[in-house]
Amino acid sequence: MAQVNRRKFLKISSAFLASSAAGLGWPLITKTSKAQGIAEPDRIVSTTCEICFWRCGVDAYVRDEKVYKLAGHKDHPLSNGKLCPRGNGGQGLLYDPNRLKHPLIRETVNGKEQFRKASWDEATSLIAERFGKITKQYGTESVVMFSHGFGASFFKTLFSAYGIHTFSAPSYAQCRGPRSEAFKLTFGHAIGSPEGLDIANSRYLVLLGSHLGENMHNTAVQDFSSAISKGCEVVVVDPRFSVAAGKAKHWLPIKPGTDLALLRGWIHILLKEKRYDIEFIEQNAVGLEELWQGVKYATPEQTYAITGIPVEQIVQVARDLGRYGSSALVHPGRHVTWYGDDTQRERAIAILNALIGNYRMPGGIIRQEKFTPIKATLNQEKFKPYKADFPVTQNASHTFQSRYPFASQVPANEIVDQTISGSPYPVKSWFVYGTNLIQSLGNQPATLKALQQLDFVVAVDVLPAEITGYADVILPECTYLERYDDLDNRTYRTPYVAIRQPVVEPLYESKPGHEIARLLSEKMGMPDLFKDDIETYLNKQLKQMDSSLDELKKVGVLKVSEKNLYRQPGEALQFKTPSGKIELASSRLREAGFDAVPQYQPPPENPPGYFRLLYGRAPMHTFGRTANNRVLGELMPENELWVNQVAGRDMKLKHGEYVYLVNQDGVKSTTKIKIRLTERIRPDAVYMVHGFGHTDARLEFAYQRGVNSSDMITQLSTDPIMGATGMNNNFVTFTRS
Amino acid sequence: MSRKRNYAMVIDTHVCVGCSACVYACKAENEVPEGFCRDWIEQKVEGHFPKLTMEIRSNRCQHCEEAPCVTYCPTGSSHYAGDGTVQIDRNWCTGCKACLAACPYDARYVHPEGFVDKCSFCQHRLKQGLQPACVTTCPTSALKLVDLNSNDGLYRQLIEGRTVTQDKVPAGTQPKLFWLH
Repeated sequence: MAQVNRRKFLKISSAFLASSAAGLGWPLITKTSKAQGIAEPDRIVSTTCEICFWRCGVDAYVRDEKVYKLAGHKDHPLSNGKLCPRGNGGQGLLYDPNRLKHPLIRETVNGKEQFRKASWDEATSLIAERFGKITKQYGTESVVMFSHGFGASFFKTLFSAYGIHTFSAPSYAQCRGPRSEAFKLTFGHAIGSPEGLDIANSRYLVLLGSHLGENMHNTAVQDFSSAISKGCEVVVVDPRFSVAAGKAKHWLPIKPGTDLALLRGWIHILLKEKRYDIEFIEQNAVGLEELWQGVKYATPEQTYAITGIPVEQIVQVARDLGRYGSSALVHPGRHVTWYGDDTQRERAIAILNALIGNYRMPGGIIRQEKFTPIKATLNQEKFKPYKADFPVTQNASHTFQSRYPFASQVPANEIVDQTISGSPYPVKSWFVYGTNLIQSLGNQPATLKALQQLDFVVAVDVLPAEITGYADVILPECTYLERYDDLDNRTYRTPYVAIRQPVVEPLYESKPGHEIARLLSEKMGMPDLFKDDIETYLNKQLKQMDSSLDELKKVGVLKVSEKNLYRQPGEALQFKTPSGKIELASSRLREAGFDAVPQYQPPPENPPGYFRLLYGRAPMHTFGRTANNRVLGELMPENELWVNQVAGRDMKLKHGEYVYLVNQDGVKSTTKIKIRLTERIRPDAVYMVHGFGHTDARLEFAYQRGVNSSDMITQLSTDPIMGATGMNNNFVTFTRS
Repeated sequence: MSRKRNYAMVIDTHVCVGCSACVYACKAENEVPEGFCRDWIEQKVEGHFPKLTMEIRSNRCQHCEEAPCVTYCPTGSSHYAGDGTVQIDRNWCTGCKACLAACPYDARYVHPEGFVDKCSFCQHRLKQGLQPACVTTCPTSALKLVDLNSNDGLYRQLIEGRTVTQDKVPAGTQPKLFWLH
């Protein structure tokens, strides 16, 4: 029985203490004394969190120039005064003793490669010189920028001005991409991030693999809690008994990889029993008959045979969906690159939501908007070439063309492939901002091979990571608590604009992204590109919103009240699809030669003796980015491998023992993982939290703790529609040596 | 006992996801040293695959009405405060651990600086009119501080229609964490 109690907590903590004794001490000076009272902060600064990418408003408490506490900003619509565990531990990043402290340049001494400390001037000059040479020889298209996170905007401005236009982020083809494309194909717009979903008012919520509560996006969890409090019935489809499943009326422990079959089964019942919103569909959707033809044979019995979910439960949920109608929601998830059928699975989810008529209804899909659009001129200025006759700008003869017809962004894995093949044109340099591509892309051998092909790699980050080990130049950015970034003026149900501002001075020689981009712009021959200093630049934008930097620095966030979330009775709806209607059968997919109605293809089966590898999130960690955070690591210093109690015993595994994993391609994990025998997972699958098993020794706390799930993901199942890399068709077994 | 206030906590197990935000917020607010905690998460899973149930709790000192830690403290360091909470006067604490042995809820630890420490319901915050750090940060709003002597009706409103339990009632300590199921 899985039980985390206080004893266990202390045990974990004492294991942690042992490593602290080895010189990894927590650098914050604790001022606990026999004094009874708690000292007051010298100041509280409102800013925007970046421990994950939800971007909550936080209040940073500072005493003696040390950030000692972070709390949710009470007016920020994403935090509402509350904060997730990760945000609470943000100071662990700021004071991480392993931070990148100064620029580093790779050099070869006596045949041995090593990094040496460099000045900012030297490092940025070298980058400008190398980019100059590479773009002259191969064109500006031979440089690609990868990024994750909000601070990338300044570098996009920099590269756009230079004529470099290929920007790729693993958050697309390795995460949310299929969801965006599926909703665009169906409703004509994406669901957004934060998602335009009215979870708080849902009365019937279906989650597929989406483990809200373990995946701690603050507002989404607040909404989930609020829905449960109001009596929302929750259905969780997951091979694992997740925390959300523990709150559910129905937990459907589905056979992994068969979700699309279940969704088709539900569509079949809704149509066959006419439990869909007939009036809404007649007025707003096309392709109903084609949809029926496409799911005609997806009977409950057939669905049971594929998914292992009992017929009564399949039928019950479908009827409940019909009964709750527009107040029900089938959540499209967030990290959805699973099996290679991801766009079609997300299409089926979009279709279900359409059928129950929850579009712009309480508890369903809602309309979101921006606080106030920053005037177009400013945005255009950001992405125009530096000067019409700027030499390198003329040099781009190619633009990136995806192999996948519906890829609206650049799939990172395609850049890897292109770097290896050199076709259709060579990629010679990567500029990597804030993303550890070694862990985030899957198929690590390919990423490593591509890195060997490159002439020049630059990494900008706060901490060392596996990817920075492959860089020629490493630039240390300061943390979100030490810098300004662009304004957060995002599309959300409560339109808002929020500031990220420095709470304390940058530590070591690290610099904010905007400053790094400015240094580079000077060296790259564009001295006026960032002619305004950051405060002037932000103030100009805020003036357009009838505010000022001074005001926003004080209040942290400006917002206006929600409006037009829901449709009015009889309101005529327009959809940006070819038909102008919701497309139950997609005309664009049909024209491109894909199934207009999602069809189910079975995923590969487990080889005998192997378990399907599933991975997910823990509340106190963000991918691999927090594994070295001493504050957060105290409660979760490593990941464990969940193995079904009975299946584990058959494999002679012991609870708590450490094993290596070997996958279907014979790849063995570089580190060991602790076995957790549990009732909470199907016997044919195993589960771990992603983001551990770091192999960069400079991450002294995270080094070799747990296993990196991406190590085991050598089989990528690529979505033919938009190029997403499905990662859940990998299988592992165990070895003790 | 006539008291102006009588603080207690109502904790909703239906919405708690066990994320540990309460633990981290408490540790930062109260400068709890590495390796120790004043509040913690418990998770209880029962049954066999696929028939399972789970309960998650954010636990801490119960601020008992009849607190054995107060009874057994030889120096008077552990004491009832006038607001219904149980507090520790660090100046009087010798770190003898009698209270640790007496507490049925395992709520205390010995601070490396030699005194015993535990949840105070963030008394310093209460005095400023603020909520405890854990209550403030909790993304699910599972934690609610109530004043049982108040006429605000909050306690009644929170327990309305719910099953309410207390831990280890036979120990006779009259604990003041109320669990909603």
